[in-house]
Amino acid sequence: MRLHRLRGASLAALACAALTACATTGSNGPDGDAAASSDNGDRAALARGLDAAANPDPFPSTYRGLPRQNMAIVGGTVFTGAGQRIDNGVVIVTDGRVAAVGDASTPVPAGHQVVDARGRFVTPGIIDVHSHLGVYPSPGVQGMSDGNEATSPNTAQVWAEHSLWPQDPGFNAARAGGVTTLQILPGSANLFGGRGVTVRNVPSVTMQGMKMPGAPYGLKMACGENPSRVYGGRNQSPATGMGNMAGYRAAFIAAREYKAKWDKWREDGEGSPPTRNLQNETLAGVLDGSILVQNHCYRADEMAQMIDLSKEFGFRITAFHHAIEAYKLAPTLAREGICADMWTGWWGFKMEALDAVEANAALVDAPPNSCAVIHSDDAELTQRLNQEAAAALAAGRRMGMDIPEERAISWITLNPARSLGIADQTGSLEAGKRADVVIWSANPFSVYARADQVFVDGGLAFDRMNPAYQPLSDFELGQPGFGVAAANVPQGAR
Amino acid sequence: MRLKSLILGAACALAFSAPAMAQQLTAITGGRVLTGTSVIENGTVVIRDGRVVSVGTGAAPSGATVIDARGKVVSPGLVAVDSGLGGSEISSVGGSDDLRNGANTISASFDVSYGLDPWSITLPVARLGGITRAVVVPNHPGGGGGGHAHDDSDFAGVGHGGFQSPSLFAGQAAVIHLAAGTDILVKPRVAMVAPFGEAGAGVAGGARGAQFVQFKETLAEVRLYARNKAAYDRAGLRDLSLSRADLEALIPVANGQMPLIVTVRRAADILQVLRLAREEGVKIILDGAEEGWLVADQIAAADVPVLLNPISNLPGSLETRAARMQNAAALDAAGVTIAIKGNEGSIHRARETRYNAGNAVSHGLPYEAAIEAITVNPARIFGMAGQFGELRPGAAADVVVWSGDPLEPLTIAERIWVNGQEQAPTSRQFLLRDRYAQGGEGAMPPAYGR
Repeated sequence: MRLHRLRGASLAALACAALTACATTGSNGPDGDAAASSDNGDRAALARGLDAAANPDPFPSTYRGLPRQNMAIVGGTVFTGAGQRIDNGVVIVTDGRVAAVGDASTPVPAGHQVVDARGRFVTPGIIDVHSHLGVYPSPGVQGMSDGNEATSPNTAQVWAEHSLWPQDPGFNAARAGGVTTLQILPGSANLFGGRGVTVRNVPSVTMQGMKMPGAPYGLKMACGENPSRVYGGRNQSPATGMGNMAGYRAAFIAAREYKAKWDKWREDGEGSPPTRNLQNETLAGVLDGSILVQNHCYRADEMAQMIDLSKEFGFRITAFHHAIEAYKLAPTLAREGICADMWTGWWGFKMEALDAVEANAALVDAPPNSCAVIHSDDAELTQRLNQEAAAALAAGRRMGMDIPEERAISWITLNPARSLGIADQTGSLEAGKRADVVIWSANPFSVYARADQVFVDGGLAFDRMNPAYQPLSDFELGQPGFGVAAANVPQGAR
Repeated sequence: MRLKSLILGAACALAFSAPAMAQQLTAITGGRVLTGTSVIENGTVVIRDGRVVSVGTGAAPSGATVIDARGKVVSPGLVAVDSGLGGSEISSVGGSDDLRNGANTISASFDVSYGLDPWSITLPVARLGGITRAVVVPNHPGGGGGGHAHDDSDFAGVGHGGFQSPSLFAGQAAVIHLAAGTDILVKPRVAMVAPFGEAGAGVAGGARGAQFVQFKETLAEVRLYARNKAAYDRAGLRDLSLSRADLEALIPVANGQMPLIVTVRRAADILQVLRLAREEGVKIILDGAEEGWLVADQIAAADVPVLLNPISNLPGSLETRAARMQNAAALDAAGVTIAIKGNEGSIHRARETRYNAGNAVSHGLPYEAAIEAITVNPARIFGMAGQFGELRPGAAADVVVWSGDPLEPLTIAERIWVNGQEQAPTSRQFLLRDRYAQGGEGAMPPAYGR
């Protein structure tokens, strides 16, 4: 415990240092209290750091993107992620964006490098909505286990990005599996685990260098066995499912009051300003819709309770994660516009995972306006989300459902983008979107398919054939096996 | 409620089985037959009385029930190794887990075969993944083929988890089959399990050097006991650190008859274990061996087989910093006999064994070697070659007809025989699936559906 606290303190000190550095070069004034003004121009601004609205992005992204080249990926079978399959397709990438997608007749603009994808498959970059890379990194040793602030059932004030270790070798392994975007979440020990962060999967020395510009924050909430076991085990609330619900409601009551105080103060400027509170600030972000609820919730009956809770306080749930029983509530989820983020093969590890079915994604996908997502929660599974989707597709087909592959690919591309609120940016190969592209050696629904090339924002981030594009984290340098070929394969992607 | 539906599911699965088929002459014709060691196009597999009668290209014998497998792939049933099938129902429910034992007076003598449940709801699920046999092991550190604790169910920070037994030995493994029915035990006490590396060191006090000394001392005590049982019984022998039951259980290990499954990850530890086995005359099977590829030639030279999970490619702990997807391919190329494991203890996720084999292929393992690693090799490694895991005359008639390549996730196991009995293609999961197939919003609650 003591070690953890010390670590937290030094992190905070670092963060302060970063802020100071920013202040000297950023657009904010150099003076400590010259926060950006709100509507009341004539009222004295609060001291620096006391008004969240004055600096809504205190740990800003410094993501630049990798060097990129304009290109035309030609001849491959294209799954756009938005439901189309184009044989012998053409994907035009200009300035890191998808410029055009079409059949073989699509013109290739001058100056675009032609990438031959004949015999191969082209998909959007895979998006994993549930990852703990960096916060529960490899090696999973004491000292690196930073994903659960399991000190109170409500830790909405913590941000996963402050635990994220960019040198986790798992990021490289995930990229070799085609993953270009991930949401890194806190764990599920708490009712409110804290904020998650969405990152671009590029190697970086800092978290800020991976952080996806403009992506909304997620708030990790957890239903069920985990919070009640952790806190019940300490003879404290929540110890039961009803304790869980009471805990959420108490927290949103406090958040409503907090938000009302700030709204009023911002409106009329009378009296003392409210005291900034990071916990309520995040929950207020949920209430105003700027922060998306990412809700770990296994059972259908608990999902229904959470939907009512969201209506009681006036917020939206964006996604249920580990939604083992989503198939029992598929029409409701589609009507409510809630994504279900699921595994295919995991089950039986605890009571709330007992009723898993492999066809979960296929069943959730069936109603109109549904949002079925395959996720990992695991450093190994994230490398093979395409295979997890294939197993889900097979389960659906086995029960007679007619699901084309160009639809099933959306479970790991466009739908996860919707689940993260970034579908306007990525998740499909459509004109204007970020050029996050994977060229596969074979149909990605085959176990033998490998990601040959992975592009993030049009920059080549991984190339299976070229060691110059097989990054290694600092941790991996000089370790056992470093630089040694295994089965004639030089070290690159593990 | 939940218990009731659980029991109902098991009852249904049993009602579907057709034991009468066992006596019938059946010919599976026209398929691409993977015998386990070879491939026969347009092959014919004939089974009768629970055994394979013939495998070849001839016509079906007269009087046989013919199963048309044209366009399909026919293989032996797959074998799960390092598995917990039948021994654990729901991982977090301690009372349903008969694979972990915390008493240090019953360690080596702990015998998982007594706790196996033929009605386990995990068995039909694994079977639908083509698994028809399993080597069931007591829970041990590092079980489950690596990976990280998911869903924070284990957020104590254990990383490469697994039960820490209080002794050098976790207990004895058993071979089971997965036919519906009351008796799934094929052979008890086929191997002893002992964790080495960090986990083994932890038992001895924290250091690897202590564990090796304790291990040697233990074997010395076993041999002393074996030579002086009469004296031991009349209390005429010096005090020994193990219980009598444990000493007895270890005699076949000490004399090299019963293989010792050694869980070990780090290349340095593998070398030490190989030397220990040589010095002590113990027959070993390496389990895990994530860094095995670094010392593949030494493992091959010692003629020691390896149980591995080919998708363990991350340094989950400092013992696996050299973990690579190419481990299976490199060990196979060096001549090591390998068996490929499923995920997370091969209980609920035993069905993923075939995908793991496919991923080994996509990282350099020859296809035929991958098939061997999930069929023939487990039988070979546990001294039961020719009895199962292979389509050849005399072997148990464990046969799967696949819609395509068994290593592909898009392929399904369409028909499954175990010991010649065709198994119902269903599970509790399928009953749940079907109950909600229409959305679950009909006038009558789903509970009225079967």
